[in-house]
Amino acid sequence: MKKTKVSTIWLSGCSGCHMSFLDQDELLLELAKKIQMVYSPLMDIKTFPENVDLTLIEGAVANEEQQNLLKEARKKTKILISLGDCAVTGNVTALRNAWSDSDQAVLKKAYMEKSNKNGQIPTDVPKLLKKVRPIHEVVNVDYFIPGCPPPAGVINYVLTELLAGKTPNMEGRSKYG
Amino acid sequence: MVNLKIDGIEVEVPKDTMILKAAKDNRIDIPTLCNLEGLISYGGCRLCLVEISGSSKLFPACTTPVSPGMEITTNSNKLKEYRKMTIQLLLSERTHICSVCVANDHCELQSLANQLGVDHTIFERNWTKEEIDSTHDFLVIDRNRCILCTRCIRVCDEIEGVHTLDLRLRGKDAQIIMDMDNQWINSCSCTSCRKCSNVCPVGAIYIEGEPVSHTKKKDIVEFIKTRRNRK
Repeated sequence: MKKTKVSTIWLSGCSGCHMSFLDQDELLLELAKKIQMVYSPLMDIKTFPENVDLTLIEGAVANEEQQNLLKEARKKTKILISLGDCAVTGNVTALRNAWSDSDQAVLKKAYMEKSNKNGQIPTDVPKLLKKVRPIHEVVNVDYFIPGCPPPAGVINYVLTELLAGKTPNMEGRSKYG
Repeated sequence: MVNLKIDGIEVEVPKDTMILKAAKDNRIDIPTLCNLEGLISYGGCRLCLVEISGSSKLFPACTTPVSPGMEITTNSNKLKEYRKMTIQLLLSERTHICSVCVANDHCELQSLANQLGVDHTIFERNWTKEEIDSTHDFLVIDRNRCILCTRCIRVCDEIEGVHTLDLRLRGKDAQIIMDMDNQWINSCSCTSCRKCSNVCPVGAIYIEGEPVSHTKKKDIVEFIKTRRNRK
């Protein structure tokens, strides 16, 4: 049987959703029989591959590099899933949105105001976006798994249903926060 | 007594009963946020909307009285979609971040979203920066989490009888205020009775240093009913 090609992406989040993914424990062995990981922060691969069947995305979109990676992933993936509250709502990552000029304000706060001496804003890092966005405000998303982090059981339920060619029903299963 | 049908079940309830109460007494659950038994119904959250056959309009169950021969549907697909939409609007209106909220896991908005399977909001979220008042000795109001259900205002007025809390401005700009828009510490009418924090369905009014699981006691409803029925 041909294995389903799965990738996972880590944008602006705390990696808790990936931890929750690993928390599937022995159920991962069952999954491993059906899937092949092709791109993930858990693996050493630098470029996003072609023809991916399923991509799980953790974290919100906060800078240009992430935005580009996300758009690339959307182009090369059949089914795209928002994983966790940061990806689904923006969550803590998006709290800076309440500030005006939040991209500049947050850098100033972190690198100038909180600096003991010679504070300076770094220039050789990806440019922050004006506002932090949940995934579905940037690209089309097929399924959502909210939660901070989403329970391992729910991640497993959604993946199992999708691998079986069914549509997951989130009624009574989604869990914000 | 009045005879009517709710979700195909024949029920008999006293005259002038509201649909919500009639359903609840017959173990039919209709989701609500602004309604709290014992307080005067407000009909603000629109989650308890039901269908009545013969009319294309939707009716709020908490403020619509029963009438003989009514046929009520409380859980059609159309109503489910409307309720999901309402929850999404509430989640988008102000800054609702469950993971850093005091009421996480004890929040009626959060649990309704989970129950109805609201897995994302189709509306762009407002990231509000409303005022937080923590001047009171132990009560705190974070207006970013407020859903304007006015339970706090009603319990303050109807049960405690002081009417410290009220609304200022309209629509999405509406704010819960103390006295004539004073800081909480300067409110001369507040008796610090904590009832506002007891009835708040979300994490907007809470007691500093106390877990919300303790604050949001379910027996507040029993307490209110006892006070209401006292002769």
